[in-house]
Amino acid sequence: MNYPENFHYTKEHEWVSVEGDVGTIGITDHAQHELGDIVYVDLPRAGTSVTQGKTIGSVESVKAVSDIYSPVSGEVIEANPLLAEAPEKLNDDPHGAAWLVKIRLASPEEIKNLLSAADYRAYTGG
Amino acid sequence: MRYLPKSDSERRQMLDVCGLGSTDELFSHLPPEARLQRPLKLDPGKSEYEIVDWFRERGLETAPGYASFLGAGVYSHYRPVLVDTVVSRGEFLTSYTPYQAEISQGTLTTIFEFQTMICQLTGMEVANASMYDGSTAVPEAAMMAVRITGRHKVLIARSVHPEYREVLKTYCQHQGMPIDEVAFDLKQGSVQLSDAEAKLSDEVAAIIIQSPNFFGVVEEVKAAADLAHKHGALLVVIFTEAVSLGLLEPARDADIVAGELQSFAISPSYGGPYAGIIATRDKYIRQLPGRLVGETKDANGNRAFCLTLSTREQHIRREKATSNICTNQALIALMATVFMTVYGKEGLRELAQQNLSKAHYLASGLTRRFSGPFFNEFVIEAPESLNDELLRERIIGGVPLGRWYPELQNTMLVCATEMTKREHMDTFRRVANAVSEPALAEGARR
Repeated sequence: MNYPENFHYTKEHEWVSVEGDVGTIGITDHAQHELGDIVYVDLPRAGTSVTQGKTIGSVESVKAVSDIYSPVSGEVIEANPLLAEAPEKLNDDPHGAAWLVKIRLASPEEIKNLLSAADYRAYTGG
Repeated sequence: MRYLPKSDSERRQMLDVCGLGSTDELFSHLPPEARLQRPLKLDPGKSEYEIVDWFRERGLETAPGYASFLGAGVYSHYRPVLVDTVVSRGEFLTSYTPYQAEISQGTLTTIFEFQTMICQLTGMEVANASMYDGSTAVPEAAMMAVRITGRHKVLIARSVHPEYREVLKTYCQHQGMPIDEVAFDLKQGSVQLSDAEAKLSDEVAAIIIQSPNFFGVVEEVKAAADLAHKHGALLVVIFTEAVSLGLLEPARDADIVAGELQSFAISPSYGGPYAGIIATRDKYIRQLPGRLVGETKDANGNRAFCLTLSTREQHIRREKATSNICTNQALIALMATVFMTVYGKEGLRELAQQNLSKAHYLASGLTRRFSGPFFNEFVIEAPESLNDELLRERIIGGVPLGRWYPELQNTMLVCATEMTKREHMDTFRRVANAVSEPALAEGARR
């Protein structure tokens, strides 16, 4: 699978892409594949404070409901409106248009705790 | 109900398996002060005949043959014979949760019909398979509003049933949901929206009103909804008298409707079991608590029903579920379903009309405390001694309101339904006027 080199990954299968002090968060291609057809995404509203490693929402597929763990700490500045209308987009473009939330980073150094694309690929067995 | 007697030797065998010396040891983990330290005061070994006789005697200690004007959340309505005939069928009476759709189409069909009829009556788009009762449906609606709005505070009208408000407090006290109460208009008996407006802020998730309210007064739902929405809050509308839905405009402007179905062929039974409802708009369905039945197609393309959107529920989501309710009031809700089917749209309207007419006949000879429009119950000015006088005439009078509302001493809530006979209403009016005249005269002298 193709995992962007400039993203940082968690063992819970989220990714974060950092630009300035804003991190864009999503779930990985591996995650959407394991979940199957996604029917609902529950996301935090703007203004919510989030902590690295803590639950910020959930993704529901026809098979299961899985929690989303935030890869970074900070404040949610936007939840992707696309997913309220079309949660199935998460199956099509998990690393692009179907991002989950944008977070203003409180502690950019936390990124060091995350996995690189190569590490994540190895972790998920290629 | 099955009867499972145990002999002493069977008890001993079971205790031996558990390695215990006595049944009491099963409860040894409970603190002694919480345990009964003596045997229950029960006579040993009565015959079946004696037991039946004992209960028959207790039954006669209630008030057979008395006319009642009690309402206040529990109403005296006729129960069609067909209700018990249908709910007594083994397929309904002994059925388990319909998780397995293949063997549960009967139960699932009735629940789907229930949900459909509740939507038709409330003007909402989706209703669940029922709640425990009306009072517990209120905090469920409040918690739903909190989840939807992301706000924490709840405003509830003081004209909502006082016991429902108590249940709301119990649910909210340990989950960071402050409650504020909204005054009622002392003339009209309706919720005072100016007070609600003063208490609204960007922390308020919902305004909760009841219509007809606890005083029997029909509230202006549209105005309350507009006010709530202007401040980004939801409007929750509660009802305790389901028969009113046969005549009153549905609360279409509400975001959540919650209520009690006791009036739909559920006998008063000393306070329960009853069945509650909660209904809302499609867009809030993910935040709806409880069981939900949906329509689908089976492998052969036939119309079929199954439990749906279970990811909201506790057996899937655990502590993240929308509610700790993981059941519904299946059999009791079925009584209401049969009732609604028996009466139908026209029948329910006619029934509601009878209630309205009788209550207004009764009211025409009495001094009403409030001027707001009412359905089948209303508050009168009357000393509590009125109830003593009425008892002499084999009539159970109204519910005195002073115990909940200090400002409403010497008032009582009275109710008339299709069961209320004209002769009893005439007696009520005669006694009430006889009791209040000397009281008024005495008041004037002071």
